Amino acid sequence: MIGLLGRSLVLLSLLAASAGTVLAFAGALRRDPAVLAWARRLAYVFALGMLGANLAMEAGLLAHDFSIQYVAQVGSRSSPTWVTIVSLWSALEGSILFWGVVLGGYVAWAVWWTRDRHPEVTPWMLVSLLACCVFFAFLIAGPAHPFAEVPNPPADGPGPNALLQNHILMVLHPPMLYLGYVGMTVPFALACGGLVAGQLGPELLRSLRVSLLVSWVFLTIGIVLGGWWAYEVLGWGGYWAWDPVENASLLPWLTATAALHSILVVERKGILKGWTLTLILATFLLTILGTFMTRSGVFNSVHAFTQSDIGPTFLVFLGIGLLASIFLLAAGIGRLEAEGAIQDAKSREAAFLVNNLLFVMLTLTVLLGTVFPLIVEAVQGRQISVGEPYFNRMAVPLGVALLFLMGIGPALPWGKASPRQVRDALLPPLASGLLLLGIGLLLGARSGWLLVALVAGGYALHVTTAQMLLPVLRKARGGSAAEGFRLLLGKGRRRFGSYVAHLGVVLVLMAVGISTAGRKTIDVTLEKGSAVRLGDYTLTFEGAHEVREPHRISTVARVRVDEGGRTLGTLEPRLNQYRTMREAVGTPAVHSTLREDVYLSLMRLAPDGQSIGLRAFLNPAVVWIWLGAGVIVLGAALALWPSRRLATSTARTLPRKEEEEATPRLEVGA
Amino acid sequence: MSASAKKTRIFAVVALAVAGAAFALIAVGGLGENLVYYWGPTELRQAGDKAIGATIRLGGKVVEGTVRYDPKTTHLAFEVTDGKERVPVRSLGVPPQMFREGIGVIVEGTMTREGHFQSERLMVSHGNEYRAPTEGEEVDVEALIRSADAAADTR
Repeated sequence: MIGLLGRSLVLLSLLAASAGTVLAFAGALRRDPAVLAWARRLAYVFALGMLGANLAMEAGLLAHDFSIQYVAQVGSRSSPTWVTIVSLWSALEGSILFWGVVLGGYVAWAVWWTRDRHPEVTPWMLVSLLACCVFFAFLIAGPAHPFAEVPNPPADGPGPNALLQNHILMVLHPPMLYLGYVGMTVPFALACGGLVAGQLGPELLRSLRVSLLVSWVFLTIGIVLGGWWAYEVLGWGGYWAWDPVENASLLPWLTATAALHSILVVERKGILKGWTLTLILATFLLTILGTFMTRSGVFNSVHAFTQSDIGPTFLVFLGIGLLASIFLLAAGIGRLEAEGAIQDAKSREAAFLVNNLLFVMLTLTVLLGTVFPLIVEAVQGRQISVGEPYFNRMAVPLGVALLFLMGIGPALPWGKASPRQVRDALLPPLASGLLLLGIGLLLGARSGWLLVALVAGGYALHVTTAQMLLPVLRKARGGSAAEGFRLLLGKGRRRFGSYVAHLGVVLVLMAVGISTAGRKTIDVTLEKGSAVRLGDYTLTFEGAHEVREPHRISTVARVRVDEGGRTLGTLEPRLNQYRTMREAVGTPAVHSTLREDVYLSLMRLAPDGQSIGLRAFLNPAVVWIWLGAGVIVLGAALALWPSRRLATSTARTLPRKEEEEATPRLEVGA
Repeated sequence: MSASAKKTRIFAVVALAVAGAAFALIAVGGLGENLVYYWGPTELRQAGDKAIGATIRLGGKVVEGTVRYDPKTTHLAFEVTDGKERVPVRSLGVPPQMFREGIGVIVEGTMTREGHFQSERLMVSHGNEYRAPTEGEEVDVEALIRSADAAADTR
């Protein structure tokens, strides 16, 4: 019953999206508002159909209806309810269905939100959006087909992959990542619309910026939660391993970040229009490439992925998207006239350009390292992978350069700058850079790249803080600091928010550098009652016990952590034996402080419970990665939050001017 | 466009091209130096001296009766086989709970001049697809290594 309902709803969505695409296309060609209105309605129908199909699948999962293919694949009567609910995105077919509802949500939002905006662009945006909907509805109705009927339903299923039910973050991480991935469809469709209409006006720029930033925030959260999940679950003491799955999420993030910056240059100077749209198109294509790479099993084998139709379908969609993007760019880019030029290499717009080049280089590096093994295997049949040292060697210098640029760019004025202005803007932050270097050296930092990163980080912190508080300082000079603070959260909030986000990025990058360079690890066998030293800490194995749950049996080791005679607590790393898996899956235990994390992984436990094999890590500053990510999200939210004073009508008539006021120029030596 | 602007533009394009080419060279060079080869014991033996210093993922079955593990020092030594060739492996560190004789493992590390494989990372085959080979059965090294990748991919 539920299966039939689900299948019908998916077909309804497919029909609505297909008919909607045709109508939107006809309506856009003939500029017929009545036809376009129908296309809009069909977009809402698609969204509702997808929502219904997802609810049907949830109902099937909760009812343990094993006559539905996907439920039979990931469901299990012994799973806790929360695991059953999140099983929707625990395997390929379900996650594509989930993609459908997220897409539906974004499409409905975009259609509603742009109903009165940029009338030349919106119809073509609608065409692009609905075309993407057709693809995903087709994917769900055909190749993925989670609602397929199982002829002889089993009495019980295996449950989802044990690693996925091992941590509560699995509830949050995939939806966030999907909200980030799928959301990139909206700026993509807007960019397509802009190219067809041959315009990139202030109103369209605003739509592009907002939709891109929304998805960017979710993608950022998704990536960080992925790292956090890996840290809390996988037990190897780290959060990032340049794994293809991680890279796939990083690639669109890099191009989207570049685009967020180049949009600023378009707004301000009317240049880099075609480039910005190219970045937005590339971002969308990278999300599709990433999904293809991580979701089609292509990394397990280039040849195995054809066993399911999902991989090839994605590849075809990617090909069509790529061709369409190239065609639209070739046809439309000439009509986007630059309204100026970069006149000075010492200007802020030049720094933005360098920022963009660095982001693109980083993207290409990661893309090359990620795709190369696939190409080698497809061409030569040899199996290889690209080692972490490649990524580190390439990404560390580029990352440090970007960090440094976060200090240089905002310090430079727009337009032309005199040598004296430049000197006065760029020299003082160097003191903060050197100060941070000194602190680092005192605390024992020795690794070369870390030291460079400390200087760059201190520099960027100085400039970011100064820029962030600039309006306050200026008003304070006029006697009213309070007014300055009001400005930060009022008119200047977008600017303030982006510097808060910068602050978060500096924190994350510094924490990544410090935790990587300062990591200590030991492997040790501990008898009951014996202890080992790790840095300033003493780890004592106090004993082990067993915890039985319906779906798993866990053996828990109790390890007491002392620091200088003071007991900090007992950590309980464990090994979980899932009923449905052959081997045990560990769960590490972490004691986090702002300074460092004590991270324990239980490797093995003697059958009598009298001794354990323990892998212990001392990871400095890791907490700051999660905190920094929170600061980034806060900053982006500040910049995004719709403000009453920036109501659409005024934003439409006075977009440039508003920004000028809200963004005080840096007046050096004034 | 004035003559000087044209000149600037040409200069910019040439500079970008040179920078791009240099970057590509560095990237491709870095790629070549940091490849990880997925080999079984037979391929490792065939590679001969090429295996020394290269990063290799070696997959195979742990040979019965070859495991020496000292819990005090966490020194571990064993041999892996694909049914044809054998390679002695040494590693430092506590092996995972599932590690035992006869099980499929993947070790990442390199071949030393002394003739043993020095492992930096030891993985027991993961996932439900791979099944430990029964006695006397030939080991499907490729499937084994893939199963370890699949485990990593669940992230």
